[in-house]
Amino acid sequence: MAERTGLAIGREERDGVIILTPEGDVDMSCSPALREAIRRAQDARPKRLVVDLSQVDYMDSSGLATLVEAMKVARGQKAALVLCNMSAKVRAIFEIARLHHYFTITGTVEDALVG
Amino acid sequence: MTDGRPHITVEMLSNPVYLSGARQLVSSVAQRLGFDEMACSQIALAVDEALCNVIRHGYDRAVDRPIWLSLWPVEEGKGGLRIVIEDEAKQVDLDAIKGRKLEDVRPGGLGVHIIREVMDEVKYERREGAGMRLTLVKRVPMTAGPKVTPKCERGCDG
Repeated sequence: MAERTGLAIGREERDGVIILTPEGDVDMSCSPALREAIRRAQDARPKRLVVDLSQVDYMDSSGLATLVEAMKVARGQKAALVLCNMSAKVRAIFEIARLHHYFTITGTVEDALVG
Repeated sequence: MTDGRPHITVEMLSNPVYLSGARQLVSSVAQRLGFDEMACSQIALAVDEALCNVIRHGYDRAVDRPIWLSLWPVEEGKGGLRIVIEDEAKQVDLDAIKGRKLEDVRPGGLGVHIIREVMDEVKYERREGAGMRLTLVKRVPMTAGPKVTPKCERGCDG
């Protein structure tokens, strides 16, 4: 049976910044697609990577793990990784895992471009 | 009544593509039992994490093994939801099931912490014969609105 990841991921570049916009639930079946998109983006060595979570209604610990991994890579590259547009439900997951202070989180993409 | 026959039992395969269906089921039932939107989302998260642990650690990511998800309403107090997840996966040492220290920020290992943080009761057991059983209970907060009972509100024939 063919399996769909259920996660579309938009990609945009603005002045050396890559903005990824996953659309769908980021769970165990879909987080590998996000991990791959982030890996490709980080391979391009952007000065800043923004993950716009406005289209993500749900994230589990596999999504958190993907973003923690991405943050470690970003720090190794001396680049910024910024998360933005989190819904209250997704933010709650970061808070339960005590990861809301580990990431730079902004309200909008525009803030993420400079924050 | 919280013992006896489950009100809902689903047998699913250990394939991650079915996690969203399990979450939707649990969230919908929780909503009918009086939980608010945030609580429904977090109960679904706890169930998702538990199912992921079965798939990842119990079945070593095999996608064709059985998992049973059963739901009961809890009737004490403002009510609540009791969830039992059973499998035929390898049995593990109960003392070894614990969340890791959160100060050590690294990918993975958050599932058990999230489950314990979200749910009011968490109990792991070995099933007789094979597999594990996880019982989760979440109670509707006493500050919530009127208790919702799982009865047909407009009569069950229309």
